[in-house]
Amino acid sequence: MDDLDSRASQALADIDKADTLEALEALRVGLLGKSGVVTAALKELGALPPEQKKARGAEVNRVKERLADALAARKAALEQAELDRRLASERLDVSLPGRDGERGGIHPITRALERIAAIFARLGYQRADGPEIEDDWHNFEALNFPPHHPARAMHDTFYFGDGRLLRTHTSPVQIRAMQGRQPPIRIIAPGKVYRSDSDQTHSPMFHQIEGLLVDETSSFADLKGTLAEFVRAFFERDFEMRFRPSYFPFTEPSAEVDIRWETDDGQSRWLEVLGCGMVHPNVLKNCGIDPERYTGFAFGLGVERFAMLRYGVSDLRAFFENDLRFLKQFA
Amino acid sequence: MKFSENWLRELVEVKADRSTLAHALTMAGLEVEEITPLGEHLGGVLVAEIVAAEKHPEADRLQVCRVDAGQGEPLQIVCGAPNARVGIKVPLATVGANLPGGIAIKAAKLRGVESFGMLCSAKELALDADASGLLELPGDAPVGRALADYLGLPDASLELKLTPNRPDCLSMLGLAHDVAALFGGHAGALSPAESAPARSDAGARRGIRLEAGADAPRYLGCIVEGIDPAARTPLWLAERLRRAGLRPISAIVDVTNYVMLELGQPLHAFDNDKLEGDIVVRHAGAGEALKLLDGSEAKLDGGFLVIADQDKGLAVAGVMGGYDSRVTDVTRNVFLEAAHFAPAAIMGRARKLGMHTDASHRFERGVDPELPRRALERATELLLKIAGGQAGPILQAELPELLPQRSAVLLRRARLHRVLGVAVADAEVERIFVALGMRVEVLPDGWRVAAPSSRFDIEREEDLIEEVARIFGYDNIPTHTPAGALTLAAEPEARIGELALREQLAARGFHEAVNLSFVAGDLLQQWGYQGGLVALANPLSADLAVMRPSLLPGLVAALAHNRARQQERVRLFELARVFRQDGASSEKAPAPLETPTLAIAACGKARAEQWGEPKRALDFYDLKGELDALIAWGGEPQRWTMHADGLPSWLHPGRGARVARDGATAGYLGALHPQLAKALDLADDVYVLELALEPLTARRLPKARPVARFPSVRRDIAIDLPEQVAWAEVERAVREALAERLIELRLFDRYSGQGIEAGRKSLAMGLILQDASRTLTDEDAERCVQEAVAALQTKCMARWRG
Repeated sequence: MDDLDSRASQALADIDKADTLEALEALRVGLLGKSGVVTAALKELGALPPEQKKARGAEVNRVKERLADALAARKAALEQAELDRRLASERLDVSLPGRDGERGGIHPITRALERIAAIFARLGYQRADGPEIEDDWHNFEALNFPPHHPARAMHDTFYFGDGRLLRTHTSPVQIRAMQGRQPPIRIIAPGKVYRSDSDQTHSPMFHQIEGLLVDETSSFADLKGTLAEFVRAFFERDFEMRFRPSYFPFTEPSAEVDIRWETDDGQSRWLEVLGCGMVHPNVLKNCGIDPERYTGFAFGLGVERFAMLRYGVSDLRAFFENDLRFLKQFA
Repeated sequence: MKFSENWLRELVEVKADRSTLAHALTMAGLEVEEITPLGEHLGGVLVAEIVAAEKHPEADRLQVCRVDAGQGEPLQIVCGAPNARVGIKVPLATVGANLPGGIAIKAAKLRGVESFGMLCSAKELALDADASGLLELPGDAPVGRALADYLGLPDASLELKLTPNRPDCLSMLGLAHDVAALFGGHAGALSPAESAPARSDAGARRGIRLEAGADAPRYLGCIVEGIDPAARTPLWLAERLRRAGLRPISAIVDVTNYVMLELGQPLHAFDNDKLEGDIVVRHAGAGEALKLLDGSEAKLDGGFLVIADQDKGLAVAGVMGGYDSRVTDVTRNVFLEAAHFAPAAIMGRARKLGMHTDASHRFERGVDPELPRRALERATELLLKIAGGQAGPILQAELPELLPQRSAVLLRRARLHRVLGVAVADAEVERIFVALGMRVEVLPDGWRVAAPSSRFDIEREEDLIEEVARIFGYDNIPTHTPAGALTLAAEPEARIGELALREQLAARGFHEAVNLSFVAGDLLQQWGYQGGLVALANPLSADLAVMRPSLLPGLVAALAHNRARQQERVRLFELARVFRQDGASSEKAPAPLETPTLAIAACGKARAEQWGEPKRALDFYDLKGELDALIAWGGEPQRWTMHADGLPSWLHPGRGARVARDGATAGYLGALHPQLAKALDLADDVYVLELALEPLTARRLPKARPVARFPSVRRDIAIDLPEQVAWAEVERAVREALAERLIELRLFDRYSGQGIEAGRKSLAMGLILQDASRTLTDEDAERCVQEAVAALQTKCMARWRG
C-alpha cells in the first residue's frame, strides 16, 4: 500500500521531469504498460480477500487516474513545446516577391472605349460595326454631304485608287445599322477612323464612338439628357456643361458639347468633347426610314480625348508609340 | 471670319459688354475662337509730327528728333526707327505712358542725349505685328490728339469659327442680323450710310456675255474712269480692314475688300485699259492656262469658270483675278465686277489649284444672289469718294430663269415641339423669325416662313427648327431622359468577347499595343508580303502608305522600340483588322477584306525574373502554351491542329507552325526567321503569333454529361521511336486504339541522348483510363496498355521500354 503511494509520488516527479516525448512514453510503459507497476498492482487485486478488494481496488484506480492525467498533461506540454520550436524555425520573409505575379494591361484607348460602350450598353445601346474601308456613299453622300461640299474639306480624307476611302468618322455605321431595319434603334459604334492630318494634336488614325437612337418620341431634350448622364457616368462627377449650336450635314439641329474642365493650375476652360444632333430627315430617308413617323438623335465622340482627360495623358502621340513605360501605367 | 467689334456695334445696338457679346455669339452657333483686345494701355500716346531730325552725335543708328505733340514747345525724342524722318505723323508715347508690353515711359538719356518719350511702331502699341518701323499716320492726322481717340480705340478683333452652313455671317451685314435677333434689336442702316453714286449714262460701256448657264447666271460690272492712282485709303477704312485681318493695299483693292467684308459680296477690279471688247463668262477650255494675281500659273480644265474678254482669260471666276489685268499703282480706269456664281461651280476649284481665297471661301458656301447690284453701287460710291473719277452705268447680264429660286418653307408647330422636346411659345417663334429678317405668315397649325435671299441654308422645315432652337437658346431646352422601347440584344454565348480576350491576355502578362493601320511598303517587303496589298492613293508619307496585311510588322517594330529602351522582356499583343485585296481592285470589285486579327509578339526570359526560379529563355512551347490556353477556352481543342508545312517566309522554318481549325488555316506561330530578325536589328529570340479572331473566339456551348461514377486508373508507358514522328501522331494512335476508355493522355517526359539510340527519342506518358459502366480491373488496364503499345508499334515505329 505505502509502496504504491511512494511509487506514485516518485512517478509523478519523474513525469514532471521527462523532457522528451520518448522519455515520457517510457515512463508510461513502466507505469501503465502491460508489465507496469500499476498494471501489476491491479493484477494483485485478485489475490486479495473480498473485504479488502473493494477499498484497494478504488485506491489503485485513483492512482492510475492521477498518473494517466499527469502523463497526458505532460504530453500536451511537450507537444506544444515541440510545435513552438518548429514554428519558430519555420519563418519566411513574406516580403520576398512571389512567382508569376506579373500582369499585362489593356491599352488606355481600349479601356476608355470599353468604359464608354459599357455605359451605353446599360442604356440599351447595342454594339454595331462597319468596315474601315468605306465607299463615298456611306461615308459622305448618305450622310447628306453633297459632292465637293465645304463640309467635306473639314474631313481630310485618305483615298484608294478605286475611289474607296478610309472612313473619316464612325457615322457611316449609322447608315449601315439603319439600312434594312426599322426603329426602335439604339446602337453604339466604336472604331478606328482616319484623317490625313498628323501633328502634335492630330493622329492620322484615331478612335471614335458613334451613338444613334431612332424611335417615335426622341427629341433634342432627350439628346441633352442622354449626354449629360453619360458624361457624369464616365467621369463620375458633375460638370458644368453646355450645348452649343454647330453644323454637321447629317444632323439638324446640331450641337457641340463643351464641359467646364479644371486644369491642374486651378484654371477652368470650356472643352469640346462631343458632337451631336437630331438625325437629318434626308439621312433617315436614305436608309428607308420614314422621317415623319420617326425622329432620332446621333452623337459622336473622340475616344482619345476622353482617355486623355480621364487618365491625364497630355500627349496624343503617346497612345501610338506603344512604349511599355507608358502602357504599364494602365495595367 | 475676323472683324472689328466697334464696327459691329456701329451696325447694331448691343447692350452688352464684350464677353457677353462673345458668349452670345458662341451660343448661337457663331463660335468666337479668339478675342484680341486692341488699343488698351494707350493713355499718354498722342498723334505727333516730327519737325526736325538730326543724327545722334554718339550713335549712327539713332536720330535726335524734335517732335510736335501739340504741347507748345516740340519735345526732344531719340529714335532708332529707320523710317523716322521730318514731316511724318507718328504715335508718341509721352512721359508717364504705360504701353501694352508693360513698358513705362520715362525721361531718359540715350547715349548722352536726353529723350522725353518714345515714337512707336504698331507692334509696340499692340495694334499689329508690324515692328519694321514707326506707325505712319495719315498726313491729316490732328497733332496732339490722343491716338486711341483718333484710331477709334479701344476695340477688339473677334475671330469666328463659322460652320459651312452660315456663309451669310461672312459679312458684317449678316452678323448684324444675327446679333440683332440675339439681343432683341434691329440691324441698323450701314454706316456710313449707303447712297447711290452719281452715274453718267454717257460713261464707258462694255458688253457682257453669259456662256456658262446656271453656273454664272448673273454678272454686273461698271467702269469708273479717271480715278486718282495716288489716292490713299482713309484711315477708318484701313483700320477696319486691318482689324479684320486684311492688310491695306491700295485704294481700289481696299474698297473691294471692304465691301466684301461689309456686305459679303466678293468683288473684283480690273484695269479697264487692259480689257478688249466684251466680257465673256465661260467655262475654261481644256488645258487653258492663266497667270494669277499671286504670280502662279493656273492650269485649268472645263470644270473651271473663267472671266474673259474677247481674246483672253482674265480671271478664274470666284477664285482669283489674273495677273495681266490687275490694277496697279498707275491704273486710272477701273472695271468693277460683281457676279453671282453657283456654289457647285466653285466648290473644290480653289483647292484643286492649291489655294484658298476670301472669294472662293464665300462663293463655295454661297453668296446672296441679290447682292451684286448693291455691292457694286456701294463700291462705286466709296471709290468715287476716295479716288475721284466718273462712274459709267451699271452693265448687267443675267439669265433670270437660271437664278436660284426660293420658296417659303412650312413649319408645323407640332413638329417643332416634338423635335426640340419643348413647347416654344408661338410669340417667341414669330419674334425669332422676324428678327432674323424672315417674312412670317401665321397658319392654324404653324407658320409659312420666307427667308431673306442671303439665308439659302433655309430650305426645309428642319432648318427653321434649328433657327428657333439657336435663338431660343439650347440652354433653354430642358434635359430629359429618353423613354421609348428597349430591345435587348442577346449576347452570343458561343463567342468569346473581344474585351474578355483582352483581359485574358493582360492577365497572362501581355500589354495591349495600338499601332497605326498603315505601314511602310518597304517594311512589308522585308517581311515578304506582296500581292493583295491595299495601298493608299494619297498617303501622308511612304512610311504610312499601305494598309497592313498583318499586325506583326507593326507589333514587332513596337517590340524593337521597347527593346531599344532597356526593356529586356517584352510581351505585346494587338487586336485589330488586317487588310487584303482579293483580285484586282476597282469600284465595282468587292471591297478589300478586313479581318479582325490577334497578334502576339514576345521576347526575353520565359518568366519574369524571380529570386527562386531558374532563368530560362522564352521558347516556342511558351508561346504555344499561350495559344493552348486560348484554344482551351473555346472548349474544342480537338478541332485545332498544328502543321509544320505551309509556313510564311517570316517564320523560322523549323520553329514555326501553321495553326488550323477544322483543317482551315487560322494563323501562324513561332520564332521569327533569323534572317528577318537580323534585318530588323533584333536578336534571335523573338516569338510571334497571329490568328484570325473569328475561329479563335468561337466557343462551344457546354452540353453537360453525367460525371462517371466509377474511379479512373492510371497506367504509365514509355516507348522509344524515331525522332521525326510527331507527338500528334502518337496521340492519335493511342486515342484511336483506346477510344472512349481513354479519358486523358498526359505526356510527362521526352528525352533523347545518352541511353537512346541516335535518331530516336523516348516518350513517357500516362494513360488515364475509365469505363462508364464498371470499375476497371487490373486485367482491363493491362489490356489497354497492350493495345496502346501495339498501335504505337505499328503506326509509329515505336519500341516499348516498359
